[in-house]
Amino acid sequence: MTAHCASSPLVLPTSEELLRYGSELLLTPGELDLDSLDAGLAAAMGPGIDFAELYFQYGSRESWSLEDGVVKSGGFSLDSGVGVRSMAGEKTGFAYASHITPEALRETGRIASRIVRSGQSKVARPAEPRTAQARYGTAAPGGDSGADIKVALLQQADRIARSADPAIVKVSASLGLVHDVVLVRASDGTLAADSRPMIRFNVSVIALRNGRRESGSSGGGGRFSLAELEQRQMVEAIAREAVRVALVNLDAVAAPAGDMPVVLGAGWPGVLLHEAVGHGLEGDFNRKGSSAFAGRLGEKVAAEGVTVVDDATLDEKRGSLSIDDEGTPGQCTTLIENGRLTGYMQDKLNARLMGHALTGNGRRESYAHLPMPRMTNTYMLGGQHQRDEMIASVRKGLFAVGFSGGQVDITSGKFVFAASEAYLIENGKLGAPVKGATIIGSGPEAMGRISMIGDDLELDNGVGICGKQGQSVPVGVGQPSLKLDNITVGGTQS
Amino acid sequence: MDKAFDAHREQQRLEAQTAYALEQARQLGATACEVGASAQQGMHVSVRLGDVETMELATDQGIGVTVYVGKRKGSASTSNGSEAAIKETVAKAYDIARYTGEDDKAGLAPVELMASDFPDLDLYHPWALEPDQAIEIARRCEAAGTAVEGITNSEGALLSSGTGVSVYGNSHGFLHAEKGTSHSVACRLIAGSGDAMQRDADYTAARSPDDLYSVEEVGRRAAANTLARLAPRNVTTGRYPIIFAPRMAIGLVGNLLGAIAGGALYREASFLCDTLGEKLLPEWLSLYESPRERRGLRSANFDADGVATRNNRFIEQGVLAQYLLSSYSARRLGLATTANAGGARNVRIDAPLSRYQEMIAGIERGVIVTEMMGQGVNAVTGDYSRGASGFWVEQGEIQYPIEGFTVAGNLREMFAQLKAVGDDVDRRGNIHSGSWWVDGMTVAG
Repeated sequence: MTAHCASSPLVLPTSEELLRYGSELLLTPGELDLDSLDAGLAAAMGPGIDFAELYFQYGSRESWSLEDGVVKSGGFSLDSGVGVRSMAGEKTGFAYASHITPEALRETGRIASRIVRSGQSKVARPAEPRTAQARYGTAAPGGDSGADIKVALLQQADRIARSADPAIVKVSASLGLVHDVVLVRASDGTLAADSRPMIRFNVSVIALRNGRRESGSSGGGGRFSLAELEQRQMVEAIAREAVRVALVNLDAVAAPAGDMPVVLGAGWPGVLLHEAVGHGLEGDFNRKGSSAFAGRLGEKVAAEGVTVVDDATLDEKRGSLSIDDEGTPGQCTTLIENGRLTGYMQDKLNARLMGHALTGNGRRESYAHLPMPRMTNTYMLGGQHQRDEMIASVRKGLFAVGFSGGQVDITSGKFVFAASEAYLIENGKLGAPVKGATIIGSGPEAMGRISMIGDDLELDNGVGICGKQGQSVPVGVGQPSLKLDNITVGGTQS
Repeated sequence: MDKAFDAHREQQRLEAQTAYALEQARQLGATACEVGASAQQGMHVSVRLGDVETMELATDQGIGVTVYVGKRKGSASTSNGSEAAIKETVAKAYDIARYTGEDDKAGLAPVELMASDFPDLDLYHPWALEPDQAIEIARRCEAAGTAVEGITNSEGALLSSGTGVSVYGNSHGFLHAEKGTSHSVACRLIAGSGDAMQRDADYTAARSPDDLYSVEEVGRRAAANTLARLAPRNVTTGRYPIIFAPRMAIGLVGNLLGAIAGGALYREASFLCDTLGEKLLPEWLSLYESPRERRGLRSANFDADGVATRNNRFIEQGVLAQYLLSSYSARRLGLATTANAGGARNVRIDAPLSRYQEMIAGIERGVIVTEMMGQGVNAVTGDYSRGASGFWVEQGEIQYPIEGFTVAGNLREMFAQLKAVGDDVDRRGNIHSGSWWVDGMTVAG
């Protein structure tokens, strides 16, 4: 923990309560209990295996979507199972089953442990329940809310968006509610459980004016309940924001092309950090030497004043985790402190092989996927400057506030992200909105060109999805407004 | 792996589950119902720097149910194949259908369009492979790559081999299974060090192990691709002719298919709304699908609605001849389904192909794009702006690698300005294409 990270004010479930809840939901139906997991672990240990782990997961997903003013589809899915991995040095054997029974544990353990077939037979350590501060409530995000409430929220979004402007011709809205309950037991003594709610509300609109068609979308959510979504009046805010973006785009002109100063807005533009430095600081890439940041701990990798953290401990944020998927308590890890590289994000495998401490970043999409180091909520801390001051300092450049996503090549460090809302800056003043601007650069280079850091740190609204090696996990991003002195903007107006 | 996946038995099991779910829906009083059930088993082995890194046995199953109650619809799915779980899933879908709004376009595809002939598409070729053999093949692939001078590191070689069965049934009385296999070997390598590192990859994939390319060749090509990217330079901002390498050209075909797909059209979220009959591409180019091609990656006798697949021609001599429609999106647009629920299958270009070397030789100053990054494609407007890397061409010859630039334009204009398609056709995926020469795009570097 570092001084940057706040502590939690919420009253939340204890680790013991979560363990009892997880055990009842995941183990009891298959006539298993916490004690019987020792036999499952023993099956996964075998000759030469130095670490084995059982990961149980119950996942329910509910979704509702509206089109043309009508909630036309609703869906519900249930997926539960167990993933078993056995490790020997850098080798990992993995198998999973979608039924949680003693037989399934024996069979998956037997298959996973065959990754090596010789060596010393070790015995798993007795269970030592892990204690972690919960960062969100345990309940399913839908709580007791009936389907009629969910339908009504979508219709409310539709009404607000349609009545906001006559140019709005199409509105679609969706609501997603996810509830994951996980339980981890590993041969290093780990025993921990978590119950993770997740809610997400999205609105997309199409605006049509004088034959020109543009889109706008917005969304929000986090690890909280439907009741909380209503209380925060997020539906109205999201619907209005989608309309606003579409209307801005109706007036957008072609984006400029070439190198220029860029001012980034606060909040979601933090996707820049996620791509430009976040992925490059994940332990696996650094252990294997495939990241542009490999072997650079202690070196200056960003401009003076730049401090970046990965923080799983924020209350109810989309990327927050009470424990990671390996049972390690969620943490706040300083990745870059005042421009210097101070830490990587680790899971158990990479921390062990690199001789580093665990950081609580071991995450997996589901029981059917292997864990790897992943981000949680990644953001840059605030500085001294005002946003207006940054814009005023630019003679000709770009002000980007919305992005549709980004991507990075961690080996070359090259990243790219596409602006969904951006404006020209001319002689220190905001000009016309532009469309189709892409920003491209190299992570270490871009980080060195940050010349002004705003005093307006914001986290995104809770819509981030991060993909890595075919696995998707929810994440948060954030930053204050930033000025980058010189970066390549790809538009059509050269 | 020793717990063999018996595809025949799995098929019988899934057919029984599907029939059971349909019967449950009927008993609840559903107007109509459709069910998809599938089971897969796969082995994934990765080797890095000569040592096995992961060995994974993946076993997945699931059943999804859509229930129609009058003009309302609800869906539910589960990974649990027990009768109790299926019964609960159908009840859940039925329950959801009580809350969704009426949609007079909802429902199954017309009964007379259901597939009725089921020729063998030759999709099922299991690979009898022990884990040790799989490791050995992956190791040979990587070793062929790392042996090439200049390769400094590896992200490993991965072998995947999978078998799957899927069943689709609906309350028209349609219930059919398809089974198939897929196998692949891929290799990712790194060259250079520190700030000057580059990585690239190559792969082979097929329905039958007999159709895979030599894995040594995959390793060597991954090495050649990686080494070619070393010491990249920047590009001066300007307008240049662009050669999109096959994988990038395939992406452009994907953008085109996405824009003429029913879902995007009825949502008015496409830059090709109301363009049926318009000339979008040069008249020397046609684009079609071949859904019943033997051993085809996406071959199927019926689409996701149970409708018999057929050879659709989407672009005929440059003109948009047909949209890609499911029965639902067709009804929304007042048209008939094109049997494209689930997308286009085995997409091919019908055009005179230019010799790749001659294409390059014809370029005075231009850019070859071999990789693109980021989501800079706006489906509503066609605006296109993506990060790219590739090669600089001058006086008809490749000069040096370039990176950190963007290519920007508008898809509609890019399609219109297609000048040639190369004979360097990539035949590994669902869409086959050679390189595309496109004029009039802006490069920013």
